[in-house]
Amino acid sequence: MSAISLQHIRKTYKEIIAVKDINLEVGDGELFGLIGPDGAGKTTIIRILTSLMNPDSGKAIVIGLNPNKDYKELRTKIGYMPGRFSLYQDLSVEENLSLFAHLFETTIEANYELVKDIYIQLEPFKDRKAGALSGGMKQKLALCCAMIHKPDILFLDEPTTGVDPVSRKEFWEMLKKLNKEGLTIFVSTPYMDEASLCDRVALIQSGEILAIDTPEGINKLFEAPLFAVNGKNKYQLLKLLKDHPACYSAYSFGSEIHFTSSEQLHADQLEAWLVQKETKDVRVKAIKPGIEDTFMRLMTKTA
Amino acid sequence: MKNEIIIEVKDLVKAFGSFHAVDHITFDTYKGEIFGFLGANGAGKTTAMKMLTGLLSPTSGAATVAGFDVFKESEEIKKHIGYMSQKFSLYADLTVKENIQLFGGIYGLSNQAIKHKTHLLLERLGLESSANTLINSLPLGWRQKLAFSVAMIHDPEIIFLDEPTGGVDPITRRQFWDMIYEEADQGTTVFVTTHYMDEAEYCDRISMMVSGKIAALGTPDELKAGFNADNMDEVFVGIAREGSTLEP
Repeated sequence: MSAISLQHIRKTYKEIIAVKDINLEVGDGELFGLIGPDGAGKTTIIRILTSLMNPDSGKAIVIGLNPNKDYKELRTKIGYMPGRFSLYQDLSVEENLSLFAHLFETTIEANYELVKDIYIQLEPFKDRKAGALSGGMKQKLALCCAMIHKPDILFLDEPTTGVDPVSRKEFWEMLKKLNKEGLTIFVSTPYMDEASLCDRVALIQSGEILAIDTPEGINKLFEAPLFAVNGKNKYQLLKLLKDHPACYSAYSFGSEIHFTSSEQLHADQLEAWLVQKETKDVRVKAIKPGIEDTFMRLMTKTA
Repeated sequence: MKNEIIIEVKDLVKAFGSFHAVDHITFDTYKGEIFGFLGANGAGKTTAMKMLTGLLSPTSGAATVAGFDVFKESEEIKKHIGYMSQKFSLYADLTVKENIQLFGGIYGLSNQAIKHKTHLLLERLGLESSANTLINSLPLGWRQKLAFSVAMIHDPEIIFLDEPTGGVDPITRRQFWDMIYEEADQGTTVFVTTHYMDEAEYCDRISMMVSGKIAALGTPDELKAGFNADNMDEVFVGIAREGSTLEP
């Protein structure tokens, strides 16, 4: 059975098309990632799935319910962590969690096992006002509040945006653990590197899905040789590579430049070309693409 | 050569009660350098940046920015720096052109200079046909590129960028860095924070803050060698874990 099914979903805000013709299925127990930059339509999709907004057209089913008609029942069965911190800043950590439990007609005690691993880290500060917590701690509390009524499916809208790399890793470890215990998770993120942590992902850009697959499957869509170029003075090297007669794309990737050509090319040939242009200490090797490589390639293909 | 010091920080402290948000930091930044200012959430980056941009008075220590004292000459500092953050940079309900004109006016440019700059910016960004578009309806990537250009409208010596590329698509993110490189190439000092560790590699030098202190400072290669790491992500995790405390 699929936990989520979206068919031909379209949503516009006045003259702006937020999402057009979105189709996707998420299976029970999946950790599904919606990956794309700001303005791609991620929040619109999550708001439609959580019954907070109706699409202009198309069909949505979430855990067997129609978010439009069955929203009252649906809302008791889903957990939702919005992009903006939405807890009560002037209530304490414990008061926030207790409030959310009450709203869903349960108690912290009844479902403590679910949030225990995370809440234990917050417990030393349970009397502190939520507004006075650090970014990472706020995220943990928001996750607990979204989980305390034992939802069948959890929606997280950009939980790691603006969070530092260490806290991001910790947050994903928590999600992985919840997912392993059987929870279906639908999470959106602008960080491409987080795609590899999902079972399957949809890449989204300008309201359209570029691809849906496992992270490995996505990278198979990159149908061209890819080279990593290393050398001194990266800025000059990048300019030079962009002038290569067969250059399809040349992008900085950390300390390297990733280069694809529009025709067959070997690493040796590219290296020889660079050396002949009087580039010193340059190394070229063929590499496998990552999600960000593929995302950019799919972006330029559809543009 | 990048050896002319433009930001000089010595033992700078900002205390809120007994809590030292910035705890005796010391470093120099050179003219034309791209200086990456990294650290975990809550490490004190924002507080340090506020002091260097003249928005917050330090508790103790010493610092000059573009030759001006952060204690006594914060107004002068503001005239000589540019600032752009992800959160605030442009007025959403003004048009592209109006924003350029507004910021030109705020920085005291003459009408003629504003006219000239407006033309130059629109052309450079390829936004001529969108001059009368509201910022609201401009794609985020364009907004960020425009915000950067507007923050540079008075040709400041130093530009402070606070997470300028958060949430921006990967191609625009790289185009944004091309703009950064161009400015640095022309002698502007770039002081930048980011959560993208691949972007840390694009900096000439990087400092990493942990719990109010600078835990590491060096070129990306030096830091990677020092932490025996393949990339900056590993360096960051290494440093942050080493210095992590249970700070809520």
